[in-house]
Amino acid sequence: MTTDSSGDVRLSGIGKTYGAFTAVHPLDLTVPQGSFFALLGASGCGKTTTLRMIAGLEEPSSGTVHLGDQDVTALPPYKRPVNTVFQSYALFPHLDIFENVAFGLRRRGIKSVKKQVEDMLELVQLGEQARKKPHQLSGGQQQRVAVARALINHPKVLLLDEPLGALDLKLRRQMQLELKRIQTEVGITFVHVTHDQEEAMTMADTVAVMNAGRVEQLGSPTDLYENPQTTFVANFLGTSNLIEAEVDTKNGDDIVLRAGGGKLVLPEARCSAPTTAGGKVLVGVRPEKISLTHADDAGEIPEGRNRITGRIAHSSFIGVSTQYVIDSQVCPEFEVYAQNIERDPRLTPGADVVLHWSPVHTFGLDAAQDIDAGIDEQAAV
Amino acid sequence: MATLTEAPPPPPPASPPAPSAPEKKPPRKRGRLTPYWLLLPGLLWLVVFFALPMIYQASTSVQTGSLEEGYKVTWHLATYWDALSEYWPQFLRSVLYATAATVLCLVLGYPLAYLIAFRAGRWRNLIMVLVIAPFFTSFLIRTLAWKTILADSGPVVSFLNTVHVLDVTDWLGWTSGDRVLATPLAVVCGLTYNFLPFMILPLYTSLERIDVRLHEAAGDLYATPLTTFRKVTFPLSMPGVVSGTLLTFIPAAGDYVNAELLGSTDTRMIGNVIQTQFLRVLDYPTAAALSFILMAAILLMVTLYIRRAGTEDLV
Repeated sequence: MTTDSSGDVRLSGIGKTYGAFTAVHPLDLTVPQGSFFALLGASGCGKTTTLRMIAGLEEPSSGTVHLGDQDVTALPPYKRPVNTVFQSYALFPHLDIFENVAFGLRRRGIKSVKKQVEDMLELVQLGEQARKKPHQLSGGQQQRVAVARALINHPKVLLLDEPLGALDLKLRRQMQLELKRIQTEVGITFVHVTHDQEEAMTMADTVAVMNAGRVEQLGSPTDLYENPQTTFVANFLGTSNLIEAEVDTKNGDDIVLRAGGGKLVLPEARCSAPTTAGGKVLVGVRPEKISLTHADDAGEIPEGRNRITGRIAHSSFIGVSTQYVIDSQVCPEFEVYAQNIERDPRLTPGADVVLHWSPVHTFGLDAAQDIDAGIDEQAAV
Repeated sequence: MATLTEAPPPPPPASPPAPSAPEKKPPRKRGRLTPYWLLLPGLLWLVVFFALPMIYQASTSVQTGSLEEGYKVTWHLATYWDALSEYWPQFLRSVLYATAATVLCLVLGYPLAYLIAFRAGRWRNLIMVLVIAPFFTSFLIRTLAWKTILADSGPVVSFLNTVHVLDVTDWLGWTSGDRVLATPLAVVCGLTYNFLPFMILPLYTSLERIDVRLHEAAGDLYATPLTTFRKVTFPLSMPGVVSGTLLTFIPAAGDYVNAELLGSTDTRMIGNVIQTQFLRVLDYPTAAALSFILMAAILLMVTLYIRRAGTEDLV
């Protein structure tokens, strides 16, 4: 990676409307040179439209697109130094693999393409398949041809539109690592569109979570997961337990909240909502951060941890962990993932338990939002 | 006939191969015959309306005699040679007119098919209906209508005259003087008009199958819209181009209605000759021989064309 900024993608106030429908609300976004950037969201959230506007396949209704210092907003796709890996690959069925990969080079008038094409096919491990037609290859191989066909042009930015959507799970995992390896090797800026949150988190340096034509939150995968700013991000990325609570007092850097009968502590820095005494806040905690103790041993729980009591509704053994659903007063379906290190045999459905977690793992969200935002979208994927 | 209906005697059910699979029942006889029963209507149709007439025609072509004395099979193959040496100009003219009409159909039909396939949006169905609509009227009526369109005092001719197009076409030998009717141009116009839908439909079918994302991919890979057409769209539409040109050329080469109604004695095509031989001169052997020569010539040309176009290499 370099400090060169010619591969920066800068979107300023870019938006797209179709008649009365707004696909993308005007947004500003900067993707730094050499980074692996993911646009994550459910279908119809505007992520693909945003990508197509960068590629020039869609004309923005407002705003500008810059690549480095160059304003490319008015340029047709064939004049932009970007290449796209299409969702269905869009390989040319009448050309063999070699000619598919050579297509971009030939269009730019490069005569001796043989060496370059062969090297590129080597990079994606398809050297043997050069003279085959696309339909003779498997899905994973076609996907690699699509990547090779785009990368051979040394674009400033490579755009990937759900490139792994058509592959089965195992192959997808393999291609994720492969793409990440290629990106590190060539150092080109990658903008990757996906609806798969796991894919976005494993591959990207920076993820922008999109919802209904807007960027909900932008950050590193860890940041997004640990500090979600909206209920959509909290629910769409992994699972969150959200509890409605009322602000009680402030205690130094912490906020004390009332939920059900108990009190919960939330570090003020981890709360993205305004906090006034008596105001409502949604308190969130990830399922794997929670410890589960049988009610009989409640006295052994160290002081200073947030606690909630409940009863195990059901549990499922996954292997590495056990997933519990707890019925509690403050939240009807509280999820807890417990690692299978020392299993307490008393933790079976019907058992009374205390859930407890460290306040630093608690996050606070604006209670004015839909508490279930992002759940259906994730289920639909 | 009889041999055909009984044709495929199913091999007797093989005796169970070995005691290794004793429960395996031999396949039911009725089930194995089903495909042949399903083939039967089509085969019968072919025999009655294609094979038998062909045999009859072939035997006619090697007969000699006259209408009064009756015709007898004498294996007089010289009829073929005589027919060819007498009517080769009409053969040549048929090929030329049919080729001209096919090229015109392609030039006119391709943009329209492209428009319907990629640009028409919600107008697509309406335009398709308009393309097919002329078939609701008789072929003869439509061709007769062209007589009015191209009439000597009609607006088309006077317009062409005003802009001096007729001087050019006259010089080229396509029209004569101030007339369009009864000239090669009129016949080719009629052929083009009548066979245009046969060009548009297969073109549309193969264009419509092209994934528009291929256009986007080509644009993304630095191809200008023109290059995209040259390197992606056109090659992928080749199956449509080949079937469209065949569906236009073959009937156009054998057509006689257009030359009859819109042409003159100088624009007679081989179809007119065959028609005259059969219905006016009543020289059946010559007419049959001419039909066979036409068929052989078209088969030869089509084979060469398909070899050259190499469509089997396409998807």
